[in-house]
Amino acid sequence: MSRILIIGEHDGRQLNQSTARCVACAAAINSASIEIVVLGASSNDVASAAAALAGVTGVLTVRTAAGSPALAAVLAPQIAALAAGYDYVLAPSTTFGKDLLPRVAALLGVPQLSDVMSVLGPRTFQRPIYAGNALVTIEVPDGTKVVATVRGASFKPVGTGPVAPIRAVEVSASLPTHTRFVELRSGKADRPDLQTARLVVSGGRGVGSAENFALLYKFAEQIGAAVGASRAAVDAGFVPNDMQVGQTGKIIAPELYMAFGISGAIQHLTGIKDAGTIVAVNKDGEAPIFEIADIGLVGDLFEIIPEIEKRLR
Amino acid sequence: MQKIIVCLKRVVDYNVRIRVKPDGSGVVTEGLKMSINPFDEIALEEALRLREKGQAQEVVAVSIGPEDVQQQLRTALAMGADRAILVQTSAELEPLAAARILHKIVLSEQPGLVLLGKQAIDDDCNQTGQMLAALWDRPQATFASKLELKGTVATVTREVDAGLEVIEVDLPAVVTSDLRLNEPRYVKLPEIMKAKKKTIDVVAIDSLGVDAAPVLRVTRYDTPPVRSKGGMVKTVDELVTALRDRGLLA
Repeated sequence: MSRILIIGEHDGRQLNQSTARCVACAAAINSASIEIVVLGASSNDVASAAAALAGVTGVLTVRTAAGSPALAAVLAPQIAALAAGYDYVLAPSTTFGKDLLPRVAALLGVPQLSDVMSVLGPRTFQRPIYAGNALVTIEVPDGTKVVATVRGASFKPVGTGPVAPIRAVEVSASLPTHTRFVELRSGKADRPDLQTARLVVSGGRGVGSAENFALLYKFAEQIGAAVGASRAAVDAGFVPNDMQVGQTGKIIAPELYMAFGISGAIQHLTGIKDAGTIVAVNKDGEAPIFEIADIGLVGDLFEIIPEIEKRLR
Repeated sequence: MQKIIVCLKRVVDYNVRIRVKPDGSGVVTEGLKMSINPFDEIALEEALRLREKGQAQEVVAVSIGPEDVQQQLRTALAMGADRAILVQTSAELEPLAAARILHKIVLSEQPGLVLLGKQAIDDDCNQTGQMLAALWDRPQATFASKLELKGTVATVTREVDAGLEVIEVDLPAVVTSDLRLNEPRYVKLPEIMKAKKKTIDVVAIDSLGVDAAPVLRVTRYDTPPVRSKGGMVKTVDELVTALRDRGLLA
């Protein structure tokens, strides 16, 4: 029976929910064990949270230099060394996993699958190509380690289960010093996280300015939603890059996605295809977003948002 | 630095909507407009700007693929690349094979910097740059939205899920470009004429001695399920009622 290793994503203090989505993907593969490796967490909470996830059979912790953030060049050799005992190495298809896993795969000399969206068999997977306009089925031949990133929006995070044992492991790998962390500038406010939120309010070019986005933030706060944006809104400087939803931004699957002033370029639609309900509000009745919206309303967002707020009060 | 290598992939143009073949054997690409992968075009623009600022002497565009790829390399030369290398093959390559080929080119060209797009918009893999950096045993700075060179160090601002991350890497290094790194220039007609005099070296893939055989088996292609179009409402009242009926808003 095969063994699965998942690379746990965290910010030092907390386990990222993308890890629980990887576990859901791993659970669909018929394996003997599912283990999570946590590298360089400053808090024990990360490993504890990983150990509590349903289906996880063990957690490995690797100590790295204190407070050192996750750098692919530093993590990859350690994971490649650990991978020897496993048949599968999975990581979330977040910027963390996308940066790291191909480096691991190349060190192992095996190809990588990106953005696995469904498990069709223990070695057969489906993934999107061409911004999700086609799906491709890929089989990994016997004897080749499966190295894959997992498209989070395709898998519901697992809940908690019996607590798995945690053990510290030593990894012998020579770590480079050629890559150094300087700083992280986070645009994050106190709003819910875009990638895990149940409700998302999103704005596009039609919002018009950074100042006008205040209208969306206020409405989002009223209903407890996260705030996203189209590429056009980010490019125009209305909002920071971490709010971008779409092919090259975040792929999300909230229960409700409300798009205001977003025309709906195919690259944006790729990022919201898995949403439960899509609402579109746009002045232009011909906007492509209406082609996939569950509920569409043609009109001026600056009039409609305050009206919705009034009715929800 | 002496030299920057920019890796380019020929892909179906950004504006073309592809279709899956009815028998599921592939994607229809015949007769479609082909272009330089937009992320790679941004990488090339960045290299040109570094050369124009005097921070590099030469920009070499490298691509892998059939003879037709010369069209995209000509565009790269017209944009301002000094010369180009085409590793010619008609085979479909996995990113690891592409990285192995690029590694060979990098070893013989010895660039101070390799720039390429963070992903190709056809297979959306987002792997080649990271794999090249691993094989070369050099730093990687992926998803770059800002790049500054100072001596033998590059400071790169990366677009990550949590915001903007700044890292420092020793050169030589591999940097992959994100959308907001720059806006590529338009090519003017005289430059297209001038580009005809520039050299494209064609290298046969077999001469590199690289294992480029595909490992993964692609068994079929499917059209994704379409989200069906819902209904339109006329008023905010109807919208709010519909959302309450679905239990989405209180």
